[in-house]
Amino acid sequence: MDLLAEILFTLTIASTPLVYAAIGELVVERAGVLNLGVEGMMIVGAIGGFAAAFTSGSFAAGILGGILAGATLALLFGIITQLFLANQVVTGLALTIFGLGISALIGRSFTGQSLETFPRLDIPVLSDIEFLGRVLFQQDILVYGSILLTAAVWWTMSRSRVGLIIRAVGEDHEAAHALGFAVIPIRLAVLAFGGACAGLGGAYLSLVQTPIWVEDMTAGRGWIALAIVVFAAWRPWRALLGAYLFGGFTIIQLHAQAFGVNIPPQYLSMIPYIVTILVLVALSTDAARRHLRPPACLGKTFFTAR
Amino acid sequence: MLRLEPRPERSRVLLWTTPLLAAGMTIVSAYLLFLIIGVDPLKALGHVIIDPFSNSFSRSELLVKAAPLALIALGLSLGFRANVWNIGAEGQFTLGAICGGATALAFYGVEGLWLFPLICLAGMLGGMAWASVPAALRTRMGVNEILVSLMMTYIAVLLLSALVSGPLRDPDGFNFPESRIFHDSAIPPILIEGTRAHIGIAIVPIVAIFLWWLTRYHEIGFSLRLLGDTPRAGRFAGFSENRAVWFCLMVSGGLAGLAGALEATGPIGQLVPGIPVGYGFTAIIVAFLGRLHPIGVVFAALALAVSYIGGESAQIAMSLPAALVGVLQGLLLFWLLIFDLFVGYRLRRVAPAKGGPRPAAETGPKVSESGGA
Amino acid sequence: MDEVLRVESVTKRFPGVLANDAVSFSVRHSEIHALLGENGAGKSTLVKILYGVLQPDDGTLSLEGRPFTPANPAAAREAGVGMVFQHFSLFEGMTVAENIALGLPGERPDEGFAARIRTLSEEYGLPVEPSRIIGDLSVGERQRVEIVRCLMQSPRLLIMDEPTSVLTPQEADELFVTLKGLRERGLSILYISHRLSEIRDLCQAATVMRGGKVVATCDPRTETARSLAEMMIGASLVQPVAAPSDPGPVRLSVEALDVPAEGPFGVTLDGVSLTVRAGEILGIGGVAGNGQTELMDALIGECPVAGGDILLDGASVLGQSPSQRRGMGMCFAPEERLGHAMSPGMTLTENTLISARRRAGLSSRGVLDFGAAARFAADVIGRFDVRTSGPQQTARALSGGNLQKFSIGREIAQAPMVLVAAQPTWGVDAAAAATVHRALIALAEAGSAVLVISQDLDELRSLSHRLAILSDGKLSEARPTAELSLAEIGALMGGSSLEGDLHATA
Repeated sequence: MDLLAEILFTLTIASTPLVYAAIGELVVERAGVLNLGVEGMMIVGAIGGFAAAFTSGSFAAGILGGILAGATLALLFGIITQLFLANQVVTGLALTIFGLGISALIGRSFTGQSLETFPRLDIPVLSDIEFLGRVLFQQDILVYGSILLTAAVWWTMSRSRVGLIIRAVGEDHEAAHALGFAVIPIRLAVLAFGGACAGLGGAYLSLVQTPIWVEDMTAGRGWIALAIVVFAAWRPWRALLGAYLFGGFTIIQLHAQAFGVNIPPQYLSMIPYIVTILVLVALSTDAARRHLRPPACLGKTFFTAR
Repeated sequence: MLRLEPRPERSRVLLWTTPLLAAGMTIVSAYLLFLIIGVDPLKALGHVIIDPFSNSFSRSELLVKAAPLALIALGLSLGFRANVWNIGAEGQFTLGAICGGATALAFYGVEGLWLFPLICLAGMLGGMAWASVPAALRTRMGVNEILVSLMMTYIAVLLLSALVSGPLRDPDGFNFPESRIFHDSAIPPILIEGTRAHIGIAIVPIVAIFLWWLTRYHEIGFSLRLLGDTPRAGRFAGFSENRAVWFCLMVSGGLAGLAGALEATGPIGQLVPGIPVGYGFTAIIVAFLGRLHPIGVVFAALALAVSYIGGESAQIAMSLPAALVGVLQGLLLFWLLIFDLFVGYRLRRVAPAKGGPRPAAETGPKVSESGGA
Repeated sequence: MDEVLRVESVTKRFPGVLANDAVSFSVRHSEIHALLGENGAGKSTLVKILYGVLQPDDGTLSLEGRPFTPANPAAAREAGVGMVFQHFSLFEGMTVAENIALGLPGERPDEGFAARIRTLSEEYGLPVEPSRIIGDLSVGERQRVEIVRCLMQSPRLLIMDEPTSVLTPQEADELFVTLKGLRERGLSILYISHRLSEIRDLCQAATVMRGGKVVATCDPRTETARSLAEMMIGASLVQPVAAPSDPGPVRLSVEALDVPAEGPFGVTLDGVSLTVRAGEILGIGGVAGNGQTELMDALIGECPVAGGDILLDGASVLGQSPSQRRGMGMCFAPEERLGHAMSPGMTLTENTLISARRRAGLSSRGVLDFGAAARFAADVIGRFDVRTSGPQQTARALSGGNLQKFSIGREIAQAPMVLVAAQPTWGVDAAAAATVHRALIALAEAGSAVLVISQDLDELRSLSHRLAILSDGKLSEARPTAELSLAEIGALMGGSSLEGDLHATA
């Protein structure tokens, strides 16, 4: 029982960065922009967060540092793709390559340093419940924040006018422009939000998960976040579920041997990617395409005489 | 007031000067960036730009690095012209290494001139098999090849890691996750004594010239360009989009697989989990820097090879992280993409509109064209 | 206060064209007012002015007695003018309620909003379900959504641009019931159409435009289809000039062709049959969007065919690719020059390779002969007087007329057995049009079969030996052009069977 509680507790730690990055990218893709640079934004978020927390001694500054670093890189992407009309796939790849490089350069003076343990936020009374208290109510503030963020994004995207306009822009940017919505500023704002989320997800790694800076510490999580968005068919709650599923696979690998499972861990790690491909295939059937299809303008460049 | 408008014709002058402009701006911005981060910019850039040419071994290493980049980018650029976005070349490269390496291990100790070509063929087939998944899913079900080819990359990297820890592990290797070191018949002949420059380098110009001929003078190349630019005109011309998708993915998958087999048997000499080091992704930069032109791609691959060798040199001399290369590559691509806007568009000075009638094209929704001017 | 809208001497110039020349008319309260005219008559420009997309150079508008100068569509909507476009600006992947909310300031598609849509749609007899996805709706249902979106803003005047051009006859009947209901509730409707029978059925007043001017105002209920058609087309009729040649054997034969609609605004072709003989020009007229695109694409071989057959010299070409059809002797000049017939970014030389590789010998075993292609392009440029700096010019840099001369010249120069040309002189100046016409006639005289699909009646009447009309995916029987009166053509275009419409009103 205690072991299970510990495993579930580590599951939330492993999944939370994925939740942030996936939710951010989800909103961006809903606005019709495909930013493949999530990995790059996460890693600069990780170093930005670590550097800010280490130099100031404040975790709040660390969180802010991660957010700002991610958003800055996202705006760089936004300027190149939205104002200079560059191909989004290529720009996203460049963003990842650049992010990995610049974070390593900045991080060289922080290598070997470590932060204190990130404080837990035990919910009074509830955290004392056996098992559930440990799993659900003895987490840190960023875990709770990731759930709140999912709820807020779900509400905004499905219930508010802002979300309606964002979806309209992603669905048909020409028609949205004709209705008088400012497509490019909306997309830039959404990109900054997505970058902030990815940056926060990265900062979670360097502030909470392993409070040290290691070069390349995101280890492909940004790419997984992209897969989660597709897996979730652009729905926030499903993205949360997807993040926990993908997070779960990494935990299972760690514990599989302990449970006497004899499959090499790499094969288990493949499962999420194979599932994502299967989801893509399922989404391509006609029935699904109508209701679960990607935003129609995803990855397309919007140009209007200006 | 300035207004952006499409050029009637893409500027050919800018198309080929933008890579140089971008390279210049990369050096300037890297200088500033290094200054801010606290890296001695002159020293760092000096190592990156000058060291690769400082001795004959470094110069031969340029070719060793450029060869896989060029091979992969040659295939990718074919697809990018036709709107086929294979960004999973890294995975196809890895499969090439696996299949080429597995062939070498299967014939371990067997001598013969036939073995190395067989290894190359196996590598190509491995890359093609990996690329056939996105090809089949796009042509049959309309699934986006970007995401599928990307997912396939991660599966390939994990597969390599699983295989070298399992069936392909060196039986006398103290449980390290690596294969036996390939025997002499399984490795590519060396071109220049005393260097690692192998026969694969000689393949590059042959492939480049052939693909240049194909894109310039053959219907296939023309069909790819037409389908990429104007899909409907491509169908009008009688070309099949599905065949183009298959063709591009098979060629790029095959070339990436070949590059993988050459890399595993050549410079590395055994299968290790670290064979995929991002060449498949860097090749995308190479393809764009080379203007998706086969000959341009070869030069772009050399330029990127400089950043690798130079980066390694700076890493050793100044104990900077290897990822320094990524900063330069990222900046280069950013600047290239920014300048590329002006290849297809130009800025026009227009009189500020002051309440006067506005041209129809830029305002409001499209009213039906069924009547009126 | 009887007038809702008053238009007084509105003038709008474009470079080289006087699109609206002192246009005046007014729409009364509770009136469905028809705006009638052929393509190019100036209706579209006028509508853009009324909806705030364009500003007039001269003249005034007033709405319910107050000056009306909308600077943009939002201002027009605010002032009480709603518009239903021919091609809807709806977001396919979103729900009805979301689409309607997007068009209204500050609305959110919540339950209360959905309830308001339901109330309004019941009140006006326009059933729409707010939670349905637009992509799942039929064209008629989508149009209802557009109407409801307009009605949510309680407009004084509703503009409907060719509303029935995208509807099935049943859907059109339902729309008429709805529109009559709206009129009874006091709404005024400006109804743009060239379908004469529906105007006579629906409208209380009609303003007829031709060449940018108002040429008549009348009560369509007291007019005949013939008289309306004559007002619309005017007296400037070109009489058939093409001498009826003595036609040879059947070259192209289409038998009971069924083609599914292309896209949400497409039309299903239903049992289309035709034959074209050697030496003959067959014209196909009709309003755009009645199946022309589908017919053209089926002939080219770009879209799947559901039933029937296409025979070239007696051999079926179904299952053959466009290049194979060209190899068998069939060439095509589609309506859309840039983006379909030609690639904008490629040079004229490269553009010849799109359709003339095989017949002009520009490619052997897949290897392209650019020298031959350049000579072929230069030949087309010379023969058809294409104004360009040469074969190395990119297609995008050519003007519309020169582009058309090149793209149709490219096909004629291949001396096809059968040529299918859509809108061969659309947007081309008179001299260029004459060049194209002469070339088509010469091609037929040399023994080819020519099929011309056009919306320009003058062109068809002066060019074709026989004429058929495509209406709602069905093709009328082809008859010798000289035997067909203008009124008969008008009636066929309006979608009514020839006898029924003319005799009922004559």
